[in-house]
Amino acid sequence: MSDSGNPPVSDAQLERPELESRLAATWRTPGGLWGVLSTVDHKIIGRRYIVTAFVFLALGGVLALLMRLQLSSSERRVLSTDWYNQVFTMHGANMMFLFAVPVMEAMAIYLLPLMVGTRNIAFPRLNAFSYWLYLAGGVMLWTAFALNMAPDVGWFAYVPLSGPQFGAGKRADIWAQMITFTEVSALAVAIEIVVTVLKQRAPGMTLQRIPLFVWSMLVTAFLVILAMPTIMIASTSLILDRLVGTHFFNPSEGGDVLLWQHLFWFFGHPEVYIIFLPAVGMVSTLVATFAGRPVFGYLAMVLALISTGVLAFGLWVHHMFVVGLPRVGESFFTISSMSIAIPAGVQVFCWLATLWDGRLSFRVPLLFVIAFLITFVMGGLTGVMVASVPLDTQVHDTYFVVAHFHYVLIGGAVFPLVGAIYYWFPKMSGRLMSERLGRWVVGLLFAGFNLTFFPMHILGLMGMPRRIYTYSPEMHWDTLNLFSSVSATIVAAGFLLFFVDVIRSWRHGPLAPENPWGAATLEWATTSPPPSYNFPRVPVVGSAQPLWDERDSVAVACGLRVDRRELLITSVVSAQPQARDSSPRNSIWPFFAALASTLMLISSIFTPWAMVWGSVPVLITLVGWFWPKGTPEDEG
Amino acid sequence: MASRTFPLTLPTALLCSGCTGWQSALDPHAIQAARLEHLIWLFVAVCTVIWVTVTVVLVVALLRRRTPSTHNDTRMTRVVSAAVVATAVIITGLTIVSFNATRGMGSSDANALEIRVRGYQWWWEVTYLDARADQVFTTANELHLPVGRTVHLQLAAADVIHSFWVPNLTGKQDLIPGRDNTLSFTPGEIGVYRGQCAEFCGLQHAHMALLVIVESAGSFEHWRRGQLGPAATPRGAEEKTGKAVFENKACASCHNIQGSSASGTVGPDLTHLASRRYIASGLLQTNRGSIAAWVADPQTLKPGNNMPRVTLDASELNALSAYLASLQ
Repeated sequence: MSDSGNPPVSDAQLERPELESRLAATWRTPGGLWGVLSTVDHKIIGRRYIVTAFVFLALGGVLALLMRLQLSSSERRVLSTDWYNQVFTMHGANMMFLFAVPVMEAMAIYLLPLMVGTRNIAFPRLNAFSYWLYLAGGVMLWTAFALNMAPDVGWFAYVPLSGPQFGAGKRADIWAQMITFTEVSALAVAIEIVVTVLKQRAPGMTLQRIPLFVWSMLVTAFLVILAMPTIMIASTSLILDRLVGTHFFNPSEGGDVLLWQHLFWFFGHPEVYIIFLPAVGMVSTLVATFAGRPVFGYLAMVLALISTGVLAFGLWVHHMFVVGLPRVGESFFTISSMSIAIPAGVQVFCWLATLWDGRLSFRVPLLFVIAFLITFVMGGLTGVMVASVPLDTQVHDTYFVVAHFHYVLIGGAVFPLVGAIYYWFPKMSGRLMSERLGRWVVGLLFAGFNLTFFPMHILGLMGMPRRIYTYSPEMHWDTLNLFSSVSATIVAAGFLLFFVDVIRSWRHGPLAPENPWGAATLEWATTSPPPSYNFPRVPVVGSAQPLWDERDSVAVACGLRVDRRELLITSVVSAQPQARDSSPRNSIWPFFAALASTLMLISSIFTPWAMVWGSVPVLITLVGWFWPKGTPEDEG
Repeated sequence: MASRTFPLTLPTALLCSGCTGWQSALDPHAIQAARLEHLIWLFVAVCTVIWVTVTVVLVVALLRRRTPSTHNDTRMTRVVSAAVVATAVIITGLTIVSFNATRGMGSSDANALEIRVRGYQWWWEVTYLDARADQVFTTANELHLPVGRTVHLQLAAADVIHSFWVPNLTGKQDLIPGRDNTLSFTPGEIGVYRGQCAEFCGLQHAHMALLVIVESAGSFEHWRRGQLGPAATPRGAEEKTGKAVFENKACASCHNIQGSSASGTVGPDLTHLASRRYIASGLLQTNRGSIAAWVADPQTLKPGNNMPRVTLDASELNALSAYLASLQ
């Protein structure tokens, strides 16, 4: 691996078996604990991220069941009011910050380098750092919950309730620092995604040949970069109000309570699309593969993704229709909120057209797409309802809204995600999941979900507000709540079966052929699971469906060195090769840097001075991380 | 409304047999709530049609017989474009309808009844305002309104954000510290309607209800005069003892009773406590037993609320509840 002395070895000089063994030696992750902690392989980190996110999904699901148990009839005493508030806050914060956003980015971490035909993600050490920080944030939040000091102010943590005067103890501080952990890691991944997609695509993968999932992740990454800083400013101001005595949100000292809501929802609404757009990309991938034709209207689909991303920043106020803003402003946000139905409609219609025209193969992933379409369209339509200011004054903060966003988030994002796991599982493990169990999983999730959440629309209209830990029998909400609670067990059974299927298939599933679904995209142009270096030779792309149009022989480029980690940098628009860039080697420093950051952030909950002395270990680890290695950065 | 009989909304309507209720958006008893109900059913009808159409197209797309040489991208482009245009037209229409509904909701009336509602953790302070100071009075957790007269609420919050929501009468509006919000509506029918705080406000968000009693102008005026007066003078010995307990124990430092020495402002005004149907913000129906239970152990009945348990012996508790229950 050293550059001194030995002449550089390029892949052009080598035959396949020797090429592969030399590449493996260069790119491998060593065994043992050291390897686990120091790897920068995007596939290992991506897999870790996905598994961790699903663990958080399961934990959040248990909290949901606890809430359903508490609400199954009036005046139940399963949870005290204090526990209930912690449980619903944990459920929301966990699902949004520890499951939904990370799992979507995790899928991208694993898949994007493969789909664009490169050897590793951009900034792989940052990637390792982001995982450790995410894990630390999640562990901190759940440890707080186990110690009965979890946040109890809702995932939105509205001031003044979360402020110094009314939010006693350390609970809201833990919420605020959990935000810091997860947002830093999400921002890091977003930057990696943008650079990987724009600069590391295989030669020939011009902008109009980028797979739709990659497009969706690119738009998502920009949303993360633009939206997340707002919530970090908000949570930092909150923690300053609480710990240092500033008055950003204190009206009696000239602060503003509504400032919090503006900052939170300026992030919070794009957040919904940060979760939904990757799912859209997954649906497009599945639809194309199982309809056996490219998605109809590629350009329209890409423009729909981008316009959704732009519009996402223009409708945060629809979360604030009852705070008493001027009428004109409210009308503007009604229009902008409703107009997002147009790009959503474009995508739905293009998928329908693709399905109409294609030769369908009814495998499990396609069944998830069908479940997605039926459920998501309903969630989108109730979204149009809540976008109307007057209508929203009746349904805002009621179970109608709870129903609406679960239709959008579970129907619109979790169904495609589970379908995507069935689809890409063979890529990650080399084995197929069970088709028989998969059909049960679709059925249970689809039926259970609709039976659980549809009645909530009606409960909302019957006057049931959100976030109440109990209700009186005089309200006549018992029947529908009980129905909903019983149905929730069907959803739980569906997820349980899914987890059983994953764990069983990981070791015992039938071996998958190289391209089990006959897909068109590059990730299927290498073995499953892929080798540490992804592709023996970098593929060259001549169409938007390389594996369909060049079936047996995807062209390859050569000239990369095999004795050190190198990847190909290409131009943004036309993906012309520009340079050979060295890719960082494994390093323990990202792990240490994450540990040091964790120490600093957690200590800062207890004393603001931790930001001062805590930055010393962070500085030391960063020096170790960036210590010059003597390898040239890139060669043209 | 015609759309209500639309066959596709029938399953919803069946499930919704409980729509009539004292806290339901679908059982309007004011012009504002009626407009909103129409709007809800209109949106439901339009959305149902769209959802059914999309689902039918999906099912046909999945099941239709494939014949070779049916590829026709031009036709698909035309159909998809038409669908997108239809989407744009429909949402434009819905936006206009919704905009008009907002405009139609505003009611300004020179003769409007002015009431200030202030949200506390976890109860409502209700003050009937008047240009003349001697006509102003304060009560809690219960609004009495004359039927047909517009009411203008000034919404304020004492601690955290709350939200005023009586769905049978109109949509909700937040009560926000440092901001002055207003809400107007005109109750159209005599009746008792329930409202509940709609913005999460802490431990007892679930127990922050209020009652709106819409009555004839005559009954309202009768009630108003009653509220203007001082508290009933205790008659029996037990009630007199109760009054003394109230004035000498911790009660008086938080609660006000006109005509006694108790003039606290932290908790609800209790001058006419027994005239209100519920105590503790909709938690218990008012009677001597529930008052005794509440005073004896407020933290078990409503954990976390700001009323401490005041140590009283059995005879004190008995006398106190007799006195409070007499405050008509």
